[in-house]
Amino acid sequence: MTTAMAISLQVNGERIDAQVPPRLNLADFLREHLHLTGTHVGCEHGVCGACTVRVNGEIVRACLMLAVQADAASVETIEGLSDSGEISDLQTAFSDRNALQCGYCTPGMFMTAQDLLKQEAEPTRERIREHLSGNYCRCTGYQAIIDAVEATARLRGKRTA
Amino acid sequence: MKASAFAYARATSIDNALELLAANGDRAKVLSGGQSLMPAMNLRLISPELIVDISGLVQLRGIVVHGTMIRIGALTRHVDILKSHEIAAHAPLLRDAVAHVAHPAIRNRGTIGGNLAHADPASELPACLLVLGGTILVRGLSGERRIAAAEFFRGIFQTALAPTELVIGVEIPVMRKTSAHFFNEFTRRHGDYAIVGLAAQAEVEKGVFTDFRLGFFAVGDRPILARAAGILLSRAVTPSLISEASDALGVEIEPQEDQQASAAMRRHLAKVLLARAVAALLGRPELRHAGGAV
Amino acid sequence: MTGISGKPEPLSMLDRPNSYIGKSVPRPNLARLMQGRGLYVSDIQLPRMGHVVFVRSPYAHAKILSIDAGEARVRPGVIAVVTGRELSAVITPWVGVLSHLKGLKSAPQHAMAIDRACWQGEAVAAVVATSRALAEDAAEAVLVEYEELAAVTDMRAALDPSTPVIHPLLGDNLAFERIHDTGQVDQAFADADEVVEANFVFGRHTGVTLEPRAVVADWNVAEARLTIYQGTQAPHMVQNIAALHLGLNEQQVRIVCKDVGGSFGIKVHIYADEMATYALSKLLRRPIKFVADRVESFNTDIHARDHRCKGRIGVKRDGTVTAFEIDDLTGIGPYSMYPRTSAIEANQVVNLVGGPYVTKSYRARARVVFQNKNVMCQYRAVGHPIACSVTEGLIDLAATRIGKDPVEIRRHNLIPDDAYPCGSPTGLKFERLSHHASLEKLLAMMDYKGLRAEQAALRERQVHRGIGIASFIEVTNPSAAFYGVGGAKISSQDGVAVRLDAQGSVICQTSITEQGQGSESVTAQIVASALGVSMERVRVILGDTDVTPYGGGTWASRGAGIGGEAALQATKSLRKNILDVAAAILQSSPDELDIVDNGIVNMADGVLRIELKALARVVYFRPDTLPPGIQPELMATRHFVPREYPFAFTNGVQASWLEVDTETGFIKLLKHWVVEDCGTIINPQLVDEQIRGGVVQGLGAALFEKCIYDERGQLTNANMADYLVPMSGEMPDIDVGHVVSPTLESELGAKGAGEAGTAGAAAAVANAVNDALRPFGTVVTEIPLTPQVILTALRRI
Repeated sequence: MTTAMAISLQVNGERIDAQVPPRLNLADFLREHLHLTGTHVGCEHGVCGACTVRVNGEIVRACLMLAVQADAASVETIEGLSDSGEISDLQTAFSDRNALQCGYCTPGMFMTAQDLLKQEAEPTRERIREHLSGNYCRCTGYQAIIDAVEATARLRGKRTA
Repeated sequence: MKASAFAYARATSIDNALELLAANGDRAKVLSGGQSLMPAMNLRLISPELIVDISGLVQLRGIVVHGTMIRIGALTRHVDILKSHEIAAHAPLLRDAVAHVAHPAIRNRGTIGGNLAHADPASELPACLLVLGGTILVRGLSGERRIAAAEFFRGIFQTALAPTELVIGVEIPVMRKTSAHFFNEFTRRHGDYAIVGLAAQAEVEKGVFTDFRLGFFAVGDRPILARAAGILLSRAVTPSLISEASDALGVEIEPQEDQQASAAMRRHLAKVLLARAVAALLGRPELRHAGGAV
Repeated sequence: MTGISGKPEPLSMLDRPNSYIGKSVPRPNLARLMQGRGLYVSDIQLPRMGHVVFVRSPYAHAKILSIDAGEARVRPGVIAVVTGRELSAVITPWVGVLSHLKGLKSAPQHAMAIDRACWQGEAVAAVVATSRALAEDAAEAVLVEYEELAAVTDMRAALDPSTPVIHPLLGDNLAFERIHDTGQVDQAFADADEVVEANFVFGRHTGVTLEPRAVVADWNVAEARLTIYQGTQAPHMVQNIAALHLGLNEQQVRIVCKDVGGSFGIKVHIYADEMATYALSKLLRRPIKFVADRVESFNTDIHARDHRCKGRIGVKRDGTVTAFEIDDLTGIGPYSMYPRTSAIEANQVVNLVGGPYVTKSYRARARVVFQNKNVMCQYRAVGHPIACSVTEGLIDLAATRIGKDPVEIRRHNLIPDDAYPCGSPTGLKFERLSHHASLEKLLAMMDYKGLRAEQAALRERQVHRGIGIASFIEVTNPSAAFYGVGGAKISSQDGVAVRLDAQGSVICQTSITEQGQGSESVTAQIVASALGVSMERVRVILGDTDVTPYGGGTWASRGAGIGGEAALQATKSLRKNILDVAAAILQSSPDELDIVDNGIVNMADGVLRIELKALARVVYFRPDTLPPGIQPELMATRHFVPREYPFAFTNGVQASWLEVDTETGFIKLLKHWVVEDCGTIINPQLVDEQIRGGVVQGLGAALFEKCIYDERGQLTNANMADYLVPMSGEMPDIDVGHVVSPTLESELGAKGAGEAGTAGAAAAVANAVNDALRPFGTVVTEIPLTPQVILTALRRI
């Protein structure tokens, strides 16, 4: 059966029911069917990180997952993380530091940076570089991004201290 | 790059998956983590007619210690291995190796079963299984098989797995308290495929190796347990002994040539790793540069 | 100087109260990008839009004998299958030559190949379907019969008599040759105490923009208008060319640029498959979307920097460089790119070698040859990286030969800071540069002496670190000298229109474009500062040929210098108009008033007289209350074009500090420094970030990036796992400093800064590697410096 299959999932807290062909990957489902175009496509082979989203709380490459595999899952995209306020401090830090230029890698960077900050309270610059080492940026040369993530970590540390 | 159309079946049980594989033969591909399968399909390097998705078979996920053995279910993800207390305590080599697998988003989906079945010669886990003396548990419709790691990896993307079989788990012995391990690989960038890598486990008594297992990867068409390790057993380790082992290693491996490295370069890097492993395991940093690698 | 009335001179714009010039304000357009609500071309969906997938030649060179699309046409979702021949009825071919590049020749190129495919990846047919996936399915069913031809894949053999000529009508595979000879060069080499030679080899590489090339072309047959959504850097150029080749008037073509996911020059060119997309929309009378996938990007985005350059330097024992000489060979694709040509890069190499130095004797030959590989053209810093790597590599070799410190030899030969204006041996005009001040600043920033001591101490322990320095000059703010003089319809001027809206806010339309460098912000900063309003009140509109003034766009580091000056002049004009009206309303005179903080104030005591929003209300809705005869004009437009200097040269110097593991050949980049003099800096953070991004592209070239072709002309690493781009784990922190030498050509004094980082980074790294390996007596003059290259040089393998 290559015909469409029914899936039911949560996307940014909203219940979505859809009919999708099995070969449709999660990135294309989000972009083309749900018009959530903040998740970007850069390579379609899992290397560049532009398509990074959260599935059941964990970051994944949306281009390497089938939409049908997201059935019954909770998917969060950049739009959701942004609207909920979860990354507002990261966004402020990125803006202040100009840690984005063209903005294409930025949703994936936020996803991955937030993933790190949830796991480690005050990562070193080396740890930040390592965790982001699978997210390609061609514009910034990375330093501003590392600065912004580091600054956010420090501020979060102060808030919880 | 969009994958060709395919039919999709979500396996409801292991038997159901096996039935689907038996019925469809090489027209079907198994989907577990998808981190190797999906790129190949997106690039249209392969165009299976049926995808059998086993990722919902939760019974295949998990890490359990039974006495002197650790059993890891095939659908256990790299991230699960990375975060597992059991692995950290009883098989830290595996944890160190998994930290080198790609990037966090890949590790959140990629599975050990998928990784071993894929058998990329540059992959970390097959070499670890070899070094740890692991066993791959395989099931087909006719029953279960236990395949020693040494017999499982047959060539580039080739294993002893039949097309109608599934990897359902691995068993590795709990590490001895006295064991030491070493893991390193050379990559151009964090998370890249290894140009050359080494997973090693050893028993050291009074500065002498009483057991030494060297699992090299990306040095041939499959991971290799270097016989050269034997040269370093039960003898005082000197730079010239390392040299001897290094020469033997150079003859033993048949590295591939590709865009990252020539065969000669891989051979050279393997020797460098050998010396570094010996130095680290014996706590003798001066031995790092021994063995003709300089 | 005070006027007759003794009133104080109005402050220069840089000193005005609340000026944003020189301030690192955050960019105003970031919110949508950070929320995932940007609008990139691939996000656009239009009604009845079709998706095009191109059937591409698998061969580097082949006759196309037949195309059978019968099966493909009946596949699900297929709207049309169109061959090159069929499309040529809708769109005419082009030739990538410019008259000022004497002798440059190229063959006509079609939107899709008709009789012959000339590189692996060239489009031969188009499949349009209701989705990309369905189009890809159908493309597999298009049967193309090829007759493989011998391919020209080695630039060194391209001109051999036995090598097939790709375009027989052209006579040979030589696209362009440039010779430059200052005269008496042999004598200058004879005068030297030492002559050093080296062969410099550069890996062909490409831009790898994270957003691939993407176009939505929408031909509205009822309006007879074509709207093209494209992330181009030069919308008016695209408008002109699309109209020309589709038989339309320019007024019938609208180019719209929304958010662009990186360009760096990749998206400033005219691509055959994009032209095909425009033509398909006209042919099929519906919107057509083309999004290159990553493999297509590698195969068809312009490549760059595929050079083999023999370099020679003559030096006296006292450190004086007597002469430079180069013989450069570059292998492009089978066509010179359109319309900017594939000869500009080599031309720049000839122009720029030796640029920072006083040495007058220079001889150069550059040859550009056709190959059956992907097309090649301008990519960030165009030619500068080659020229800088060769020059700075030769300087270091000369230093080593005579036993001089690399800093000392540069101090001895760099053009003195008080020598300006002056010219280069290749006729470049330098207004004012600061090579020495920049070098001194760099040495202080990096603690050069400290690093040398550290290097020496570590060498004792067999740890090999190196320092590499690279001085460079950089072309910015180009006049018509670059393209216009050669006949290209590429504008070298830009325009800005500013108006006060009914609420006293400012709308600004500019012909420059934004790809992430901060064009929008820089424009808003200038307008707000020059007018006296807060930046949040300035809305910048760009990237729409229906809406903005006519201009060149953003490329060759011209946005701030040229577009910024137009913004300044337009705003000054608007300011005058506002003050004229205000003076009439307030019964004062314009020179007694100023605009500060969104209101009209007394120049003398700063007291607020009337808010801008109140003035706007009067002008737009209550002109009956104005004094008689007044016609207020709350909108102004100004254009700017550099007239005196063909290019505004900038200068800079970079340093790399790295460690080479001599056992493994792996290089660790420890730190990088840049001192850049780009004149007036409008937003320091944006300039520094452009420099950092540019540096990392240069580091990618130095260590990682190479398009690997086999002898049959197949690109063998066309994916992101095999083509290595710099990722965060391997990149160093980069410290940036500045010296400021404004240009007097404009009131703003801003030169360009977008490409400087890329110009010198690879040279600095290569010099650092050779410095690290000095004890081993190895010299490597090839990039990328892979472990394989290092181990081979060290004779470890």
